[in-house]
Amino acid sequence: MLKQAIAHLGNRTLQGVGRIGFAVRFFVAILLHSGTAFRRFGLTIREMYFSGVQSLIIILVSGLFVGMVLGLQGYETLQTYGSEEALGILVAMSLVRELGPVVAALLFASRAGSAITAEIGLMKATEQLSAMEMMAVDPIARVVAPRFWAGVISMPLLAALFSAMGIFGGYLVGVQLIGVDEGAFWSQMQSAVDFEQDILNGVIKSVVFGIAITTIALFEGYDAPPTAEGVSGATTRTVVTSSLAVLALDFVLTAFMFRGLS
Amino acid sequence: MNKTILDLWVGLFVIVGIAALLFLTLKVGSMNTVNNSDSYEVIARFENIGGLKTRAPVKSAGVVVGRVAEVRFDNETYEAAVTLRLDKRYAFPKDSSAAIMTSGLLGEQYIGLEAGGDSVKLKDKDRILITQDAVVLENLIGQFLYGKAQEGAPK
Repeated sequence: MLKQAIAHLGNRTLQGVGRIGFAVRFFVAILLHSGTAFRRFGLTIREMYFSGVQSLIIILVSGLFVGMVLGLQGYETLQTYGSEEALGILVAMSLVRELGPVVAALLFASRAGSAITAEIGLMKATEQLSAMEMMAVDPIARVVAPRFWAGVISMPLLAALFSAMGIFGGYLVGVQLIGVDEGAFWSQMQSAVDFEQDILNGVIKSVVFGIAITTIALFEGYDAPPTAEGVSGATTRTVVTSSLAVLALDFVLTAFMFRGLS
Repeated sequence: MNKTILDLWVGLFVIVGIAALLFLTLKVGSMNTVNNSDSYEVIARFENIGGLKTRAPVKSAGVVVGRVAEVRFDNETYEAAVTLRLDKRYAFPKDSSAAIMTSGLLGEQYIGLEAGGDSVKLKDKDRILITQDAVVLENLIGQFLYGKAQEGAPK
């Protein structure tokens, strides 16, 4: 009984390590086969339409609402200390540094990541990928790499749109609705938000998230068992794993970026 | 889907995304991070810097002219050595004075730079000799109480 349990644990560990190794090799293979994605940039543009443009609505609307909630909640709290003018700083800082990249990445994982996994998984289940190999077309170069680069390019743009939309939402609620002084709102924000420290780091974060999400989504699709159940399981795993990866990476990146800021 | 329409949408997406980045850079953040190339550093020593932090603004007449680049403790003089990175556009006389001030009652601390009368200007790696320490609230209250006690003392 005990022996069986230990053997089971060992088996699971070996499988896990094997999967990680396969994922890393897969990632390297994507990078090595990226030539086609850039030479035939039309392929990447097509994927950017599906993962980037089609995520626009959800990103813009959520950004607006997150910013509006930040405006309301921030005002309530800041009002207690008589510093409502700092609302601009609060909204901009939290969006540009954290919420913009992270929430946009979570939305991107569930909107675009799951679609990528399902698509690739189905391609594998219907043996389209094998068919390509038969025709001497490398599926990694033709199918996987364009999707990877489309995600990596789209992610920072989506995160920036999310932040901009959120700041606009905070402005709407804070300045137009509640009546915080408009000049103070913008000028305090501008004096506090730094280009390198805040905006550039936010962009770096979103690029890293883009790489992580698309790699996980593509790998889960490519590795999915070629059955209906396998594809659905892989789609679920994509959302769960990439969301967790985004949050964990966010902690690590934040610890590195803002460590020396005291 | 038609390829031209698809390209159009993606192009629009990229333009809007870059516009959002520009909005963040120009309207939300400020590009007033003083670069190394067009700035010069001067050092000021203080006995007490209070809560001054790196990247705190350096203001003269209320206008931001630079930022605090480094705060270091000098183990020989037991003072705080503060490196100020000032914008090259602004030159200050050699006998200018630096004081640590607080914006508002509990606001952030910054360095106030007051121009002197010397005709020689501050250069890179120069030292500001006249400095004024941060006001520590506890000391201030202590002085006030001490003064009050003396006032009330029988003559």
